[in-house]
Amino acid sequence: MKITEYTARELSAAIRGGDMTVPEAVSGVLTEIRAKDKEVHAYVTVNEDDAMRQAENVQKRIEAGELTGPLAGVPVAVKDNICTNGLKTTCSSRMLGNFVPPYDAEAVTRMRQAGMVVFGKTNMDEFAMGSTTETSFFGPTKNPWNEEHVPGGSSGGSCAAVAAGEAVIAVGSDTGGSIRQPSSYCGVTGMKPTYGTVSRYGLIAYGSSLDQIGPVAKDVTDCALLLETIAGHDRKDSTSIARKDTDFSERLSAASEADLAGMRIGLPRDYYGDGLDEEVRKVMEDAAAMLRTRGAVVEPCDLGLVKYAIPAYYIIACAEASSNLERFDGVKYGYRAEDYEGLHDMYRKTRSQGFGPEVRRRIMLGSFVLSSGYYDAYYLKALRTKALIKAEFDKVFRDYDLILAPAAPTAAPKIGTSLQDPLKMYLSDIYTVSVNLAGLPGMTVPAGLTRDGLPVGAQLIGDCFAEEKIFRAALQLEKERGAFGRPAIFVKGA
Amino acid sequence: MKEYETVIGLEVHVELATKTKIFCGCSTAFGGAPNTHTCPVCTGMPGSLPVLNRKVVEYAASVGLATHCEITRYGRFDRKNYFYPDNPQNYQISQLYLPICRNGYVDIETPEGSRRVGIHEIHMEEDAGKLIHDDFLDCSLVDYNRSGVPLIETVSEPDMRSADDVIAYLEKLRMTIQYLGASDCKLQEGSMRADVNLSVREKGAEKLGTRAEMKNINSFRAIARAIDYERARQIDVLESGGSVVQETLRWDDTAGYTYPMRSKEDAKDYRYFPEPDLVPLVISDEFLDQLRQQMPEFREEKMERYRRSYDLTESEIEQITSARRMADLFEAVVDLGADPRETAKWLNGDILRLLKEEGKSANDVSLPPVYLAKLIQLVGAGTINRNTAKSVLEAIWKDPQDPEVYVQEHGLAIVPDNGALEKVIEEVIAANPKSVADWKSGKKKAVGFLVGQTMKAMKGKADPAAVNRMLSEKLARL
Repeated sequence: MKITEYTARELSAAIRGGDMTVPEAVSGVLTEIRAKDKEVHAYVTVNEDDAMRQAENVQKRIEAGELTGPLAGVPVAVKDNICTNGLKTTCSSRMLGNFVPPYDAEAVTRMRQAGMVVFGKTNMDEFAMGSTTETSFFGPTKNPWNEEHVPGGSSGGSCAAVAAGEAVIAVGSDTGGSIRQPSSYCGVTGMKPTYGTVSRYGLIAYGSSLDQIGPVAKDVTDCALLLETIAGHDRKDSTSIARKDTDFSERLSAASEADLAGMRIGLPRDYYGDGLDEEVRKVMEDAAAMLRTRGAVVEPCDLGLVKYAIPAYYIIACAEASSNLERFDGVKYGYRAEDYEGLHDMYRKTRSQGFGPEVRRRIMLGSFVLSSGYYDAYYLKALRTKALIKAEFDKVFRDYDLILAPAAPTAAPKIGTSLQDPLKMYLSDIYTVSVNLAGLPGMTVPAGLTRDGLPVGAQLIGDCFAEEKIFRAALQLEKERGAFGRPAIFVKGA
Repeated sequence: MKEYETVIGLEVHVELATKTKIFCGCSTAFGGAPNTHTCPVCTGMPGSLPVLNRKVVEYAASVGLATHCEITRYGRFDRKNYFYPDNPQNYQISQLYLPICRNGYVDIETPEGSRRVGIHEIHMEEDAGKLIHDDFLDCSLVDYNRSGVPLIETVSEPDMRSADDVIAYLEKLRMTIQYLGASDCKLQEGSMRADVNLSVREKGAEKLGTRAEMKNINSFRAIARAIDYERARQIDVLESGGSVVQETLRWDDTAGYTYPMRSKEDAKDYRYFPEPDLVPLVISDEFLDQLRQQMPEFREEKMERYRRSYDLTESEIEQITSARRMADLFEAVVDLGADPRETAKWLNGDILRLLKEEGKSANDVSLPPVYLAKLIQLVGAGTINRNTAKSVLEAIWKDPQDPEVYVQEHGLAIVPDNGALEKVIEEVIAANPKSVADWKSGKKKAVGFLVGQTMKAMKGKADPAAVNRMLSEKLARL
């Protein structure tokens, strides 16, 4: 059996049981990458030598009984906006093309402490700005199910790597759907936790009040295991929350088949109106039926203000991004233009050349909405809208445990069709951005395929801190669905 | 010429005396090789996040309480965005919308009586790094050691009318903050920096004139000169039919004039917005109660108490209370039983002199009170004379140790054996017939030389008063 056929927990169990070594596991993944990544381009950076050194070290620690956790020995792919000590972290931007962080993100520290091996960094939309992974300075990632299509974004590399069998498990980040939407497009399972659950320390910020790191995996249980590995209060992140309920996998393993009996799941009417692709609608209806079969009450509900989520999101995210990305100026690290006259010319040229068009567009948009004279009309109004959207969700969660929603209006679009019309691309974020605005947890579970064989995921949304409910429903959905297919490239000989 | 009134408001930045920076654990200590007191947070590394230092809030709120401000109970930080290399993130974390303190005042004494100066607000923010231009390599370098050092900015109302008002206000603010232990407030070293907003208007006019802002003037003297210059300049502009331009000026203290500063960014739109990396700052009743309980005795109260309790001159009281550490030392020494007047003399005399020689200020004094108390008692008991005590002080100043032990080890105690002294005096008289003759001819001052010779022969181990007495007796009997 190929290394990448294992789930993360199976792989770790095999290693801890002595059936396999960590170097074997890591080299197995590296072999898959060598065989497939020219086609898929899921990775920006892979450091084979360092990965093998880490693998040997982890192997020793497992043998010494120091590492006993359920993910010990598992290689993990990390999105390239999450800082890794000594390993290039580029945000898929020319601006950070040569940036090697001197420290690990807190999530990375926790994965290393759990005995996971950080071997490579996955491609993404530049600075996480985009929905297709096409805005990467290093070129687009292909959808493993059909290379003419995008993997989604911005965590397209992490999702494609898991889908293609170039990774057993991965982490991504989600500011407006960047884990959940590519998980849907790539047929993998991904979760964006409640804001504050995973430390943002070391995550290169896009929209600080919206960003969360989360797991991308083959199934729900692996997601729960990885989330509990990286979750937890961190003093270095003031927005991080001390939660006592992050033993997700244990809570999940206690779940029974009848777990969903009496669970109420709402289908917001405004999510199932015009603009939703008929094939996606069909998959969502199937998913609703599967949940009903498992005992849940699934029925239409009303969620207000849906149409205001996108403008509010783009104003807040771009405003924060315009400030967060000011530090990339050619002075301290990263790219600096070669020819310039004086400080201001250096800034102008460095930032014009170092950032791609989508990043520049969002910086300009964000700078505009924060300018004096526009601040109240745009930014302040967007903040108020954000609060109202949260209140609308609160209303729904008074009557329902969870919301079932699409992760995107369509399956993965073709490469080259999205960027010409940025506004249309922004509008396709309709089902994901409001979850970030309200700080809620959301998870995508593969639910079906289109006639063309592209995956479609179902998104489960819960109230703040309701990850456990989401995991339970997602697990039952996964069981009712049965084994999800794999793209052809997954089984391609290495 | 019309009669003009000067209207002045101040923005005062004070570096707080926290051990660590406002948003990370790096040291705030002065000095250190460039970029050694730094970490990913204060160098603006991608992915780093600020965490608020609680001590900064304590200090800022204490200053607010001491200046009769309202404390903002639900506060926030905001980002001030501007590009400049000394600012590693290209935004400064500051407070615009909800500063921690608002609507306070301080009362200052002026020649025309007491005047109340309103405090518009006090807010917390981070300091920037330092740019160094290297002419040899022809490049600019940045040192981020100061980046992230906590500051409070106190913005006054335009309630001051003269340089005297400004200096009285600054002195009052400085004393208040220093007594709180929140900062050492040194203008020269930049731990206190004042920006002066000045406008002039016709006497009796309601409307404020257009103001100019003068940046970072680093001594009281310079502030007075800059105000006089700028007032005259603005009046000249108005008298010659022009109008004052609202601008930022830099004061050149050597040349004695102001000139427009180059702005840090072309457009002055800082695009302020709430800092999303920090949670709202909620200040509780308990927190404020605790701060109120910790309030020290401020200078005016202390002076009043000294007037009641000690037989000291007004200028002695002023001197001692001009620095919190000095007053603390005074009280500790007196508590140990030393005579207050003697203690005041030592503090205002030799100790201030020693501090000055080291380029330090009164607030830098660090002599253990028990040593000074013992030294004063040694003199009082006649164990050593005042001159010996001075040299003992100098010795224990450099190398802190018990003066009693020092006197013993160095054999400095006055020899009580009058036989030995008498013998030496007789020898001195015999060896100096000229001085003796002078004395006899009425030059009574000649005794001083003989006392000196005796002291020298005694290696200082004699009480000069006793020597004088015995010498006079012997001479009279000759």
